[in-house]
Amino acid sequence: MSAPEQNPSPHPDRRWVTVILGSGLAASVVSFLYPAIRYIIPPPVAESTNRSVVAAKVAELKNNTGKIFKFGSKPGLLVRMPDGTFRAFSAVCTHLNCTVQYRDDLHEIWCACHNGLYDLEGRNVSGPPPRPLETFEVHVQGEDVVVTRNS
Amino acid sequence: MSSLFRRTLDWLDERFGAGSIEEFLRHKTVPIHKHSVWYYFGGMTLFLFVVQVLTGILLLLYYRPTPNDAFESVQYLMTQVRFGWLIRSVHSWSANLMILAAFIHMFSVYFLKAYRKPRELTWITGMLLLFIVMGFGFSGYLLPWNTLAFFATKVGTEMAGSIPIVGKWFLVFLRGGDEVTGATLTRFFGFHVAVLPGLATTLLALHLLLVQTLGMSVPPGVERAIAEGRQPRRSMPFVPNFFLRDAIGWYAALGVLGALAAIFPWELGVKADPFAAAPAGIRPEWYFLFVFQTLKYIPAKVFFIDGELLGIFGFSAAALIWVAIPFLDRRVGFAPLTRFFTGLGIFVIGYMIVLSWLALR
Repeated sequence: MSAPEQNPSPHPDRRWVTVILGSGLAASVVSFLYPAIRYIIPPPVAESTNRSVVAAKVAELKNNTGKIFKFGSKPGLLVRMPDGTFRAFSAVCTHLNCTVQYRDDLHEIWCACHNGLYDLEGRNVSGPPPRPLETFEVHVQGEDVVVTRNS
Repeated sequence: MSSLFRRTLDWLDERFGAGSIEEFLRHKTVPIHKHSVWYYFGGMTLFLFVVQVLTGILLLLYYRPTPNDAFESVQYLMTQVRFGWLIRSVHSWSANLMILAAFIHMFSVYFLKAYRKPRELTWITGMLLLFIVMGFGFSGYLLPWNTLAFFATKVGTEMAGSIPIVGKWFLVFLRGGDEVTGATLTRFFGFHVAVLPGLATTLLALHLLLVQTLGMSVPPGVERAIAEGRQPRRSMPFVPNFFLRDAIGWYAALGVLGALAAIFPWELGVKADPFAAAPAGIRPEWYFLFVFQTLKYIPAKVFFIDGELLGIFGFSAAALIWVAIPFLDRRVGFAPLTRFFTGLGIFVIGYMIVLSWLALR
């Protein structure tokens, strides 16, 4: 008995059906996935456009101390130098995003997370930080210490 | 066997197919040899996972996943809810013991070379489960919304963000924005109580199915001794002999958990303040310490590559090689290669212990 006769190659029309059904299916999968993937990424939050903020009152900080202040959505660090002048930096460590602090014993800026050190110019001097801290301008206006982002 | 049990078994067998349940239970045996003790750690990890699921469900009755409420709800649970301190402390201790048990299980499988053919997939599913368990640890750590957790999450997600090309996307995906905020807490809560449990349960089912299908591995040394007639091949049935031994271990583990929770209740710490400096002495959970300490040592730039990028690449490459071990160590029995992989394992354990110790100093 001979084997039942088989079509050696699929019917040409059949291939078109596969292609059309297949691309339809693929398109619908993409149309399901696309909204889901877009949904996962949240919409961007408008950055605060304020270039200036009152970081502290002059009387609030003694010489050789530091204070974390809110600058938009990020923390800033205001340092009152031993000579009474003010300096301001971004408080976000350039290594892995921790919040730095002023060390009055070292006269330097220190990140507790991975022991990074910056000098009072904001330069990364030791430990893992790859870049200096962003520096801000400081103006004393009456009782207020005003910090301004460099344009 | 009591007649009620017999009757129940027969009733089920009529529905599942004659003898299939008994056959399933009888199929699994546990080899007896001088390394048999290591067979207990997989079951121990599984038991602690069950403890995690049960205590986790109980914690869900009071926990509120928002930055204004999370810390307070855990505080309420610890101080006002009867036995709340016990449930949370058991959950935290059991999490840590589970990770310890999983690491012991993984290293014992590694050194006894139980990953060798045909158990490559068992190893891979096991490694994926280990990564998921670490994901549980990382996401769960943030949920009480305390300072330590806040900065640990900042650092951990920032590391993910420094991956080239997809890093930024991945960071925003993890944090639910550019910064660690309430959106991050909501996401981590979702990962911790829905995404990861779903993945873990699926992988666990696969892992156990593979163990059931392939049976327990006998170490190559023991296998050789049996082949050379130096020792007989001995085994015990899994049900009930090994299972009852397992159960004794689990019972003891419950005792240890209760004691640890009562004597060392898990601390809550200080509520996270996004506008406060990272506190001195900050460090992650013990099982991430070796990564943490390595990051401290890598300088800002190595030649022209960013230090943190180098760290992430190093650890990712190491993890990939570790997962692929069954395909690299294919000629177990070929002494030099086998010895190399054993040496590698000892080096890895040594590295993890020494760097963790340096981080704690």
